[in-house]
Amino acid sequence: MSAVPEAGLSRKVVERASSGQRTKDLMFRLALLFSVSVGFVVLAALVLDVMIDGASRVSLDFITSFPSRISPESTGVKSALIGTIYLMVLCAVFIVPVGVATAVYLEEYANRDSRLSRLIEVNIQNLAAVPSVVYGILGLAFIVRGPLGLGPVLLAGALTLGLLVLPVVIIVSREAIRAVPSSIREGSLALGATQWQTIWKQVLPGALPGIATGVILALSRAIGETAPLLVIGAATFARFNPEGITDRFTAMPLAIFEFISDADTEFRAAGAAAIIVLLALLVVMNAGAIFLRNRYERKW
Amino acid sequence: MAERVTQEPDRQEREAQAATSAVPSAGSDGQPVALQTEAHGQKPAAGTREAIYDLDDVGVTYGSVPAVREVTFPIYQHEITALIGPSGCGKSTLIRCLNRMNDLIPAASVTGKVSYHGQNLYDDEIDPVQVRKHIGMVFQKPNPFPKTIYDNIAFGPRVLGMDGNMDEIVESALRRGALWDEVKDRLKTNAFGMSGGQQQRLCIARALATSPDVILMDEPCSALDPISTGRIEDLMLELKENYSIVIVTHNMQQAARVSDRTAFFIVDLKGEESHRIGHLVELSPTEKIFTNPDDQRTEDYVTGKFG
Repeated sequence: MSAVPEAGLSRKVVERASSGQRTKDLMFRLALLFSVSVGFVVLAALVLDVMIDGASRVSLDFITSFPSRISPESTGVKSALIGTIYLMVLCAVFIVPVGVATAVYLEEYANRDSRLSRLIEVNIQNLAAVPSVVYGILGLAFIVRGPLGLGPVLLAGALTLGLLVLPVVIIVSREAIRAVPSSIREGSLALGATQWQTIWKQVLPGALPGIATGVILALSRAIGETAPLLVIGAATFARFNPEGITDRFTAMPLAIFEFISDADTEFRAAGAAAIIVLLALLVVMNAGAIFLRNRYERKW
Repeated sequence: MAERVTQEPDRQEREAQAATSAVPSAGSDGQPVALQTEAHGQKPAAGTREAIYDLDDVGVTYGSVPAVREVTFPIYQHEITALIGPSGCGKSTLIRCLNRMNDLIPAASVTGKVSYHGQNLYDDEIDPVQVRKHIGMVFQKPNPFPKTIYDNIAFGPRVLGMDGNMDEIVESALRRGALWDEVKDRLKTNAFGMSGGQQQRLCIARALATSPDVILMDEPCSALDPISTGRIEDLMLELKENYSIVIVTHNMQQAARVSDRTAFFIVDLKGEESHRIGHLVELSPTEKIFTNPDDQRTEDYVTGKFG
């Protein structure tokens, strides 16, 4: 008896959403979809355009030939590619120890409430947002000239790019270190391990996949930087490979800059081809980072 | 009392224990808690156990918030001492004073004396790392390292630079942890592949590998099912032959089953800021705590009137 009015009541409570609400819902979804597609379409257009212009020029000859000022057909990016690879390796050698050590200090040793460590923390956050050309000026003033006075050589380029991406490495490494649960640290310390042994044998191995991923992503940012290298005076055209860390050098983005800005428009295809080479390098590095993350990332 | 001891020798040992330890505490019937240390003074004379720890007016404060205050009691060798009481009464805080794990919390400060074999662990010249070499700890949640079973056990001996054949050290620790037969064929597999109960026994075996004097257990079974809990309790009863064990537990039946002596803590709401401060109500042989405690609050707690 009493079931009948109850059923009537429940039918009234669970109403369909009004058509106005459903329209709003749909509009919102479309707006989100549009935002997503902006990024995707721009990237696709860029890649497509570059491919049309330069795909025919990409060949083994292109990456094994020195650039030429007179022949757009036989020009290449050998010296730039070698320079970029050297730069990345040197840069990694610089940023990994410094970045990881900073992250370990901030996460494991620093007193988080102290004025100093909060100052350092805010500084690092801000440094990550400083325009790259400013780092170029810093590199020019302190590394190329000034106190270090290295000149516009590979080491100076690597240090400048290293300074540029160091904040990113520190931030990512800190996150990776923080992700290692404190129960692991407690377990290790309770066994009589020192803090250093705990960090070296438990925390860092646990954080390694995250750190490695972060370093690769930082390097893939450094690889495309043009402005700081231009400012420190790196060559844009070089018919020689750097032989040591104190040699002058050029790099992929500089080669692209040179090709595109040549008065002879014939060189633009070479520029597009160089962009393809650089993009390929980037894809390989990012794929490596994704692989590392998926393969070794730990679910605690 | 719900006995769940499976091995006859353990039972005999425990009954013998209850008989001897009942003597001095009978004399302290109805006396305030602080006098329990005097009962301790009589202990060696009674020819039973030697105190490894002597806590004297121990208090812990986190920043300006006191967590536990005025704790005074001894812990005897080759016994299982259980710390029980309602949440927030400072049991876990207190057990972490026994191997200076509280040092990891920057705001924590410890007052009073925690004497270990007569040496105050909080003396300035004491290095907490040295303290922890002698005092093993097992945590609430099993925390194996993300390494192989073998490397989990070998980690302690390696960082302490222990001599000897590592394979033998690992095997002996796993045997003492009652885990050897289950894992001997997969020592090189990752410890995360073990069940929760096995992981916790691995953590116990890992603590045993460095040959500590004392094993502190902070609610070691709270994340485990009853069968795994039973195995760990059996293991504790075996281990007390060679080690002294202090266990924090929320499970009164567990305290009743395994411990020789039980310390009951309670939490007071103090002052207008309603700070919750834990303190010791009484420490007595376990049988006494559960059958004829000195303090009415203990009786109310163990009979389930509150908490």
